[in-house]
Amino acid sequence: MAEISSKYPQYTHDYHLVGSDKTETTLLEEMRQPAWTVFNNIGLPTARRGNEKWKYTDVRPIANKTFVYAPNVSIDRGLELKSLENFTPNSDDWINLVFIDGVYQPRANKKILDSVEVSTLHEALENHEELVKKYLGREADYSEDGFTALNTAFIEDGAFVLASESSEENTVVNLVFLTSGQVSDCVTYPRVLLIAQPGSHLSVIENYVSLCESSSLTNSVTEIYVEENATIKHYRICLEKAHGFHVGVSRVCQEADSTFISASFALGAAIGRNDFHVLLDGEGANCELSGLYLTLNDQHQDNFISIDHAKPNGTSRLFYKGILDGSSKAVFGGNVIVRKNAQKTDAQQTDKNLLLSDSAEIDSKPSLLIYADDVVCGHGATAGHIDEDTLFYMRSRGLDAETASRILIHAFAAEILDKVDLLPLGEFLNNIYDEYIPSATLSFGSVQ
Amino acid sequence: MVNQAISPLLQIVDLCVSVEDQQILKGVNLTVNAGEVHAIMGPNGSGKSTLANSLAGRPEYSVVSGEVLYRGEDLLALEPEDRARRGLFLAFQYPMELPGVRAWQFLKAAVDAKRQHNGEEEMSAREFDQFLKDKVSQVDIDPELSRRNVNEGFSGGEKKRNEILQMAMLEPDLALLDETDSGLDIDALRIVSEGVNKLRNPSNAVVLVTHYQRILNYITPDFVHVLVDGRIVRSGGADLAHELEEKGYDWIREMVS
Ligand SMILES: Nc1ncnc2c1ncn2[C@@H]1O[C@H](COP(=O)(O)OP(=O)(O)OP(=O)(O)O)[C@@H](O)[C@H]1O
Ligand SMILES: [Mg+2]
Repeated sequence: MAEISSKYPQYTHDYHLVGSDKTETTLLEEMRQPAWTVFNNIGLPTARRGNEKWKYTDVRPIANKTFVYAPNVSIDRGLELKSLENFTPNSDDWINLVFIDGVYQPRANKKILDSVEVSTLHEALENHEELVKKYLGREADYSEDGFTALNTAFIEDGAFVLASESSEENTVVNLVFLTSGQVSDCVTYPRVLLIAQPGSHLSVIENYVSLCESSSLTNSVTEIYVEENATIKHYRICLEKAHGFHVGVSRVCQEADSTFISASFALGAAIGRNDFHVLLDGEGANCELSGLYLTLNDQHQDNFISIDHAKPNGTSRLFYKGILDGSSKAVFGGNVIVRKNAQKTDAQQTDKNLLLSDSAEIDSKPSLLIYADDVVCGHGATAGHIDEDTLFYMRSRGLDAETASRILIHAFAAEILDKVDLLPLGEFLNNIYDEYIPSATLSFGSVQ
Repeated sequence: MVNQAISPLLQIVDLCVSVEDQQILKGVNLTVNAGEVHAIMGPNGSGKSTLANSLAGRPEYSVVSGEVLYRGEDLLALEPEDRARRGLFLAFQYPMELPGVRAWQFLKAAVDAKRQHNGEEEMSAREFDQFLKDKVSQVDIDPELSRRNVNEGFSGGEKKRNEILQMAMLEPDLALLDETDSGLDIDALRIVSEGVNKLRNPSNAVVLVTHYQRILNYITPDFVHVLVDGRIVRSGGADLAHELEEKGYDWIREMVS
């Protein structure tokens, strides 16, 4: 199937090279082709008119750029592996799986447990073909989503995590997707499949970290299946550089009485998108999604979060916070849907923003669609500046304005940061935010 | 001989202050020497808090004219934090809540800022722990309050006690207490007064704004001033407070008009 005139010649070129050197695993090949066809039909969502999903984000800067598929470029990736712990959270107690520029790094230390399997999708296809077949792509619908279609068209490998009933909550899986910067203008398509079998427990961290000073695109898709009575604690960390684009798609499906607790941290991207959807597909499922976004200069962060209560007795807590500086812009689109038979649903969503400059802009749109009648639901959004009186109070105790404002901004962030209960990760994030958090650029009423 | 060369701790000369283009202070004169306690009384809205906040450097209070010398130095030229580091302390009439800010972190930053100004090293975490513990027991506040976020969700009285804890930690040379006694229960009033008395020494001074005689039973003022409509209309000794309590402000207004 050759395209006659593609809008995206580089993607076309790279697509035809994917898997060409391998004795192909047919399942992945079978997934790629239809996704590529869809991508060619719909392309990237550059048109915003009438497109509710992309109303507040202009993807043309991404669509107009040519990105080279990083795994097709051969380079030595050994160096970054050694210094990985400078850029990512780490602990000897964690099970690591590392991809650098889209290429799996088998040398990253791998702790082995019987109760939790962590491998590449390739390995999973050998050991758990039925599971992969059943789940991979099931929730990551790409029929109307160009980025998911593109990711699926480039599925070559990915991370596979399988937690079984005997797993314990203190087991931590650390997935690292590093863009090394050795390939300029590169794109990677990280893919994660996580299956938490009934009664299992697990903490999982997804790290998307870029060291690339030129432009780059991370187009990731994660699918998480939380089966009956399973509990997943999930962290998503996105640390991009100034010219980095990040489009992250997360799809979670929860069965009865399962728990999914997630915190997302987004920092640094020129354009960042956190598209996170949770389907509560079993009775009594509980989900808590929190997030912290920090935008500086002219960065743009789009949080597109939805929770679909499809079954009764579910609870959901959606709580995001944003810190915006410079002329940056952020979007919070929160959509909570309560289906007709999802009675006794308890859903709350909140988005709070701290604006550090007059030219920063937030579009916060929490929305609730309720079709059931016996529910408790609420939503709210706030945006404000640092309070001058509060700042004066601190200064009157001897703190200079900069220190005082940094303490206040950090305290604002802490409400989300404190949700991280893995110590090495918490420390890592606190250090990152300490480094990135600007001091408020307020017009301090100075002395007479 | 040496003493004569020492300027007053605080010297306010003809201070005029306006807020949002409305003149509130209309020429305040006040001199406070080390070792003294001054009480400032006066009806609601007469400008007592405006005076206290102006001295602390609150941005929205703009000094129209006049002069304030603190140990002979131009106080009004200093940023609020520099005033604090030089030993000025305002206990707020309505202390602010610092959402999410741990008391420990805040107090340590405040103490360290002052120490740094004085050329001392920052306290180690352990040293500070002990220091905080000592002060908490000295001013007899619930240790739990010092583990929470600063003033967040505190009751009115708890906030006032917390101001006194901060004062005890910063050991100011000039303490301005803006109605610290209002909203305190009898025990707290006694504790706060004892706290203030313990801090008193020949080299520092206290200016306390109050509506009530009762705190003056614990802290005996050397001077009582009555502020009406932006001016100090009468000054006297401790007896003046009693007289005011008996006769009310109309008596003063009549006298000065
Ligand atoms: N930030 C402000 N904005 C507008 N007006 C103000 C502000 N602060 C003070 N004022 C006004 O200035 C006047 C004096 O207020 P101030 O707080 O100094 O009075 P006070 O003597 O402390 O009264 P109280 O005994 O009630 O505490 C009042 O009329 C008040 O409304
Ligand atoms: Mg007042």
